[in-house]
Amino acid sequence: MTDVTAADPARRPASALRRLIRRRLALLGAVLIVLAVAGAVLAPWIAPFAPDEQLFDGLTLEGAPLPPDGRFLFGTDLLGRDLFTRILYGARTSLIIGIVANGMALVIGTLVGITAGYFRGWIGAVLMRFTDLMMAFPALLLAICLAAIFQPSLWIVAMVIALVNWVQAARVIYTETTSLAERDFIAAERTLGAGTGRILFLHILPHLVPTIIVWGTLGISTTVLLEATLSFLGVGVQPPTPSWGNIIFENQTWFQTAPWLVFIPGAAIILLALAFNLVGDALREVLDPTQRGRD
Amino acid sequence: MPAYVVRRLLVSVLILLGVSFITFVLLYVLPADPVRQIAGRSATAETVENIRRELGLDRPFIVQYGRYLLGLVQGDLGRSYLQKTEVAELIASRLPATLLLMLGAILAELALGLTLGILAALRRGTMLDQTLMMASFVTVSAPQFVVGLLLLYVFAVKLGWFPIGGYGTFAHLVLPALTLGILGSGWYSRMMRSSMIEVLRADFIRTARAKGLTRARVILVHALPNAVLPVIAMIGIDIGIFMGGIVVVESVFGWPGIGQLAWQAIQRVDIPIIMGVTLVSALAIILGNLLADLVAPFIDPRIKLK
Amino acid sequence: MKKLLVSTALMLSLALPALAQDYSPDPNAKPGGSIIVTYKDDVATLDPAIGYDWQNWSMIKSLFDGLMDYVPGTTTLRPGLAESHDVSADGLVYTFKLRPGVKFHNGRELTAEDVKYSLDRVTNPATQSPGAGFFASIAGFENAGDGGLSGVEVVDPQTVRITLTRPDATFLHVMALNFSFVVPKEVVEAEGADFGKKPVGTGAFKLTEWTLGQRLVFEKNPDYWVAGVPYLDSFTVEVGQEPVVALLRLQNGEVDLPGDGIPPAKFQEVMADPAQAERVVQGGQLHTGYVTMNVTQPPFDKVEVRRAVNMAINKDRVVQIINGRAVPANQPLPPSMPGYTQDYAGYAYDVEGAKKLLADAGYPDGFETELFVMNTDPNPRIAQAIQQDLAAIGIKAAIQSLAQANVIEAGGAGTAPMIWSGGMAWIADFPDPSNFYGPILGCAGAAEGGWNWSKYCNEALDAKAVEADSMFDPAKSGDRLKLWSDIYMGVMEDAPWAPVFNEERYTMRSERMGGEDALYVDPVSIPVNYDYVWVKE
Repeated sequence: MTDVTAADPARRPASALRRLIRRRLALLGAVLIVLAVAGAVLAPWIAPFAPDEQLFDGLTLEGAPLPPDGRFLFGTDLLGRDLFTRILYGARTSLIIGIVANGMALVIGTLVGITAGYFRGWIGAVLMRFTDLMMAFPALLLAICLAAIFQPSLWIVAMVIALVNWVQAARVIYTETTSLAERDFIAAERTLGAGTGRILFLHILPHLVPTIIVWGTLGISTTVLLEATLSFLGVGVQPPTPSWGNIIFENQTWFQTAPWLVFIPGAAIILLALAFNLVGDALREVLDPTQRGRD
Repeated sequence: MPAYVVRRLLVSVLILLGVSFITFVLLYVLPADPVRQIAGRSATAETVENIRRELGLDRPFIVQYGRYLLGLVQGDLGRSYLQKTEVAELIASRLPATLLLMLGAILAELALGLTLGILAALRRGTMLDQTLMMASFVTVSAPQFVVGLLLLYVFAVKLGWFPIGGYGTFAHLVLPALTLGILGSGWYSRMMRSSMIEVLRADFIRTARAKGLTRARVILVHALPNAVLPVIAMIGIDIGIFMGGIVVVESVFGWPGIGQLAWQAIQRVDIPIIMGVTLVSALAIILGNLLADLVAPFIDPRIKLK
Repeated sequence: MKKLLVSTALMLSLALPALAQDYSPDPNAKPGGSIIVTYKDDVATLDPAIGYDWQNWSMIKSLFDGLMDYVPGTTTLRPGLAESHDVSADGLVYTFKLRPGVKFHNGRELTAEDVKYSLDRVTNPATQSPGAGFFASIAGFENAGDGGLSGVEVVDPQTVRITLTRPDATFLHVMALNFSFVVPKEVVEAEGADFGKKPVGTGAFKLTEWTLGQRLVFEKNPDYWVAGVPYLDSFTVEVGQEPVVALLRLQNGEVDLPGDGIPPAKFQEVMADPAQAERVVQGGQLHTGYVTMNVTQPPFDKVEVRRAVNMAINKDRVVQIINGRAVPANQPLPPSMPGYTQDYAGYAYDVEGAKKLLADAGYPDGFETELFVMNTDPNPRIAQAIQQDLAAIGIKAAIQSLAQANVIEAGGAGTAPMIWSGGMAWIADFPDPSNFYGPILGCAGAAEGGWNWSKYCNEALDAKAVEADSMFDPAKSGDRLKLWSDIYMGVMEDAPWAPVFNEERYTMRSERMGGEDALYVDPVSIPVNYDYVWVKE
């Protein structure tokens, strides 16, 4: 892939304005994240019902869900459960998977990238060809196959996502490491007889921190989307644990008659993914102005 | 250049081999027995074992994989376990639908992405620019199925402009293509915007302006072609991204492409179909990336192939 | 809405595999016209030895014929390609006399050799037929292979003799099963594995077009051996149509039959409109949805626990969740199956009673277990409703929602403590009570990999089942059904299953379609008996 963007030193005033806007957007993102975290953590106190409680009066006699009203803020789902409650608890699922899966992906990606970038030679070649191989996989098919092998639980879904998602991080870290490894101060360390581990962790890793932070934030957005998609296909988080994706999966057949069952969780997914994208992008501007491209 | 292409193609073959191996391993360890699916629910244990032998599924893993590869090099993807139809034929019957959808999606994302990106670049720093850039963030944050269902709800259910899924006419194509197109457009509009801004600053544009050409003429004739090319070179990469997620859009819109084929096969461990679709998708992804890399130096002489 | 009631008289006639009554043709029926049927998924195959889903089942019935057939709209056997048959006194030898002058779609006349070839083919492991197991009572089945079945002999071009190793009261049903349908050797050998896409049979329709992923066109066979049928000139099956779209097109008059039925979300809307509800036909289905409990492992090795589960499930609530499109079940057999025990009360919904049983079994505080379920809607929802009911008596069941193949694997291996059967089991292959026993409740199915997911094996009941199935004499069929009823009551005593509901079928037809309601809920041809329906215009 080629990078066609370039720095733009000639547009100072616009750039400053843009940065301000960016920060404002980042602020918006941060607020959304705080809201989601608050909802997730405080769910037991805010939520009017238990997340799995199938209310007897939550369905019509014919088994149709109830639209939003004073009692059920977001209406009920096809099992007569309060959707508002499930959305709040669903935030837990999204955040846990977002953080855990992306954390795992980042660890794998960093280890692979740093090793391949520092050692080059055959180790680097093998590792990078392996990332090429991973890139060639149709990601979703791979995730579905993996989910079918390890009967899914919250943690297994996180692992599956990590196994699919570490590649991009590995590539970015690899590029950065190769350029760092050629820099003078690393060469100096080496001639002074510093061990490989010392160089990698004390000298190279700290320089990668900004990149890791940026990818750590942007990656959560990708992870949240992948979890939602897997759950939407019915191969993600197991019921009755609410996830925004599996809420849509369970209620999709009714989306014409009961659109709230699809579009409220849908909006939640978009807002959370957007929030991490906004914050991540702002971080990138601040920490690492050379990195731009597709998220 | 030819040497480079040959090397890349060789590497691609190796990658495909790797993909086939990993998929084969995954399907081998899958806790589900394809023979059970074939033999049906009233089968005796003997029938099951007979079928297992018939398919060679009683052989060691390496023999099974070897046989698959042997078939593969002869262009034989095997037969579906459950339908007994040639996998190649099944894929060939589904591929046109998937390709049509991708073509539609690419046209939609270019139309949306390029237009909005150019607008944003020309109105840099204005409210419009900011709104468009914000919108591009939303599009990269939205899952396919939510956008798909939303478009279905608004344009098919409520307004009745388009059919609620299915396949066959241009009207059927619009919503699924738009779903993928909208999601891809965010990236294109950002790329287009920065590419356009860069070109507008270039010397030859200043010269053109200095020569007294109208703003419209400068933009349309001089700036646009130069700015668009590097962006268009990215299409190859999109093929890969679409291939990766085609299962979802096809399932939302009931689009009879290879994604649905794969999805049904996964439910019933029809291994030859899963293998076939995975390999075809991987091939598309590899060729897409190769295409993007090959086109790049023609468009931007600063990029050299190594 | 017209509900089709299975009358007592009909129940009696079901009991007799004799050739009691035949179909009296609809006096208003007239030939001509064509209809459009829609499905979401593409048709898998039309090879009668391979096709085994409810979608291709009735298409295959229209393309091919077996030695036996059913009176349209009923579960009563009638002669098919065999115009008559004899059974030896010991019930082991069946001699079928073929109807003369029956032709395949390619013009060749059918002979006894074709019947033998077809039965040899379906039992040959190389064919990989999912139906081979049905023919296990034919002599030589164990050695079936390229040599063919020793128990099937061609006496003369019009006569086939089939020898069984044990008396089998269901044998005539098996001869009416799709898997036994007669195929022409020369075409099968020419097409090889592609026969399923280019089928040639003796049926009322022939396939003239199959565009993968789009449509199949079936045209009337003018030489069909049943006089006067089919009425339709052709029918077209359009695939890739979402159920919601199909319904919409039906409302616009563009579609005649939505093959996937009325989508649940639209059901109320349709039924609320008298004009539409009038065209909905409801009928029982030979289906039972149940929860299996693995009786070989604690805690389900205790009968009290299994009974407690039966009492804990609020079946009315489960039926409500699927919008009332089923009736609560209390025994393995569905109500429209001969042998159903009418006056059995079953285990009533009783939370306190269930808790007490659990306490008696030594689980006063309940226990933790797993409930496996196939991951397509509405099954995970139904599992969650059951999960909540179980929680009320202290059983914490974690849901494992997996792809169909994985659930079947776990069930067969005996690693799943509980399974909700929805989407995978059990719709009858043929309308006989034995079909709900052998593979899913009998000892044979309890072996590793079998479909008896409870791993329930009651030798005494198995002996009774063998006895019942050896009562091949039609005159004794009343006794036989009584025996089957006793067997299922015995099963419920041991409670390896918690039967939950029997699905009802709702078929909708376009205004212009004629034919009596029974054809639209034909128990053996789903969604409709194509050979006998007609159009009004």
